[in-house]
Amino acid sequence: MKYTILVYENEADFACRTDERRKAAYFGAYKAYTQALQAAGIMVGGAGLQPPPLGTTVRERDGKRHVQDGPYADTKEQLGGFYQIDVPDLDAALEWAARCPSASTGAVEVRPNLSM
Amino acid sequence: MAAEAPDAHRAAELAARSSYGRLVAYLGRRWRDVAAAEDALGDAFVAALAKWPRDGVPDKPEAWLLAVARRRLVDAGRHASVEARSLAVIQAGVDEAHGAATSASVFPEERLALLFVCAHPAIDEGMRTPLMLQTVLGLDAARVAAAFVVSPITMSQRLVRVKTKIRDARIRFEVPGPSDLPARLGPVLEAIYAAYGRGWEDVAGADGRREDLADEAIWLGRLVTRLLPDEPEAGGLLALMLHCESRRAARRDSGGAYVPLNDQDVGRWSWPMIEEAERTLLVAARAGAPGRFQLEAAIQSAHALRGRTGRTDWEAIALLYEGLVRLAPTVGARVGHAAALAEVKGADAGLAALDDLPSAAIARYQPYWALRAHLLNRLGRPDQAAPDYARAIELSEDEVVRAFLTSKGRAAGSGR
Repeated sequence: MKYTILVYENEADFACRTDERRKAAYFGAYKAYTQALQAAGIMVGGAGLQPPPLGTTVRERDGKRHVQDGPYADTKEQLGGFYQIDVPDLDAALEWAARCPSASTGAVEVRPNLSM
Repeated sequence: MAAEAPDAHRAAELAARSSYGRLVAYLGRRWRDVAAAEDALGDAFVAALAKWPRDGVPDKPEAWLLAVARRRLVDAGRHASVEARSLAVIQAGVDEAHGAATSASVFPEERLALLFVCAHPAIDEGMRTPLMLQTVLGLDAARVAAAFVVSPITMSQRLVRVKTKIRDARIRFEVPGPSDLPARLGPVLEAIYAAYGRGWEDVAGADGRREDLADEAIWLGRLVTRLLPDEPEAGGLLALMLHCESRRAARRDSGGAYVPLNDQDVGRWSWPMIEEAERTLLVAARAGAPGRFQLEAAIQSAHALRGRTGRTDWEAIALLYEGLVRLAPTVGARVGHAAALAEVKGADAGLAALDDLPSAAIARYQPYWALRAHLLNRLGRPDQAAPDYARAIELSEDEVVRAFLTSKGRAAGSGR
């Protein structure tokens, strides 16, 4: 069964990416995590995302397009990336999610994929 | 062995009561879908009620019900055009279920696994207990709703949502490993205790299904204690339920009237049950990890001591309640503490403790109003006691308890 691990990072997490002293540790942790998912043979896909200020939100209402700067939700933690994994059940997905580096600083949501 | 129609009806009902949780647990685990398992079983029970009065009760009612239910599940699976792969899994489950049903009629460990599914951290905390009451112990949504003071429709909708999550998010059906167990056990014990409470409240014994619920809860308590012997709170809960259950017969006098604990004839207590409770609590206490249920059992154990010494050691009980309030400051614990204080230090001390409780918490809590009325009466303030008696009567579900409080209130009003 496929699940998506949604990685929510706080501002400090996002800042790590460009901080010369901390970026190696930050990216190293994600690299190790991704490799672990691949080694377990459960990795289906995923991507890291650029920080929220680079987001642009679009809505179509009554045939009119509204384009807005910034991410959709204005929350303390923002979507920083996602993984798609294929595991037997929610408990297995939660165990992998808990190992995600941002689980200990931000929050990680696990959602079963809609099968279409 | 063609049974008479009423007997067949009764047999179907008996099977329903005793098998429901086991069969839901068994089918739900294999199909990973509690709602579908319940629907299929519901159909099986309807079929049994139609067939058994005519053809007689089968030798193994559970196996019969399981066979019908699994056919329904397979049909439903086909109807919903489940992928071929899933159908193969279902068929494998069917064969296994059939083997189990014909070789044995109980699946205790299945129920334990289902209990832990219901108490899964991915399930809304407020819904864990209602879910267990319904799926494991077979309470209908209306009764679960009554226990949680919400409308039956709201409760049904919430239960459906939770079961959908179990199925669609694919929550694992198994007893958690040692590292997760302590965090997962608490909600399981709470739910069992809530089920026991529902059975216990039926003082009149008017509702046979309720008394059965108390038995079911004790059964689950024994099961959890046996399977998780290193968890002292499981033993604490079992000891607590056994202590309460030991007094079931003494709660009514020969005329059927309600008898409060302090006036009960200790000769009508079940001493084998008290002894089992004491042994269970002793084993639990050896772990040196006191908890809410062990303390509550210890309080009941202190009450049971009156059976041997002829007096109640209220100071010990007040101390135990103090510890309980510190550990788990529930309304029940605080009202119990107030009652003990009233015995040790006087009715006004008890009343003062009651007055400290937040009004939102006690608005619909019957023991608070019954105790308050009793204490006001003892202090010679019957005029103030009267409205509290009325409130307690209004909040009492049980006819026998209502009658008891009515006579107390009347005696207070007449100045006796």
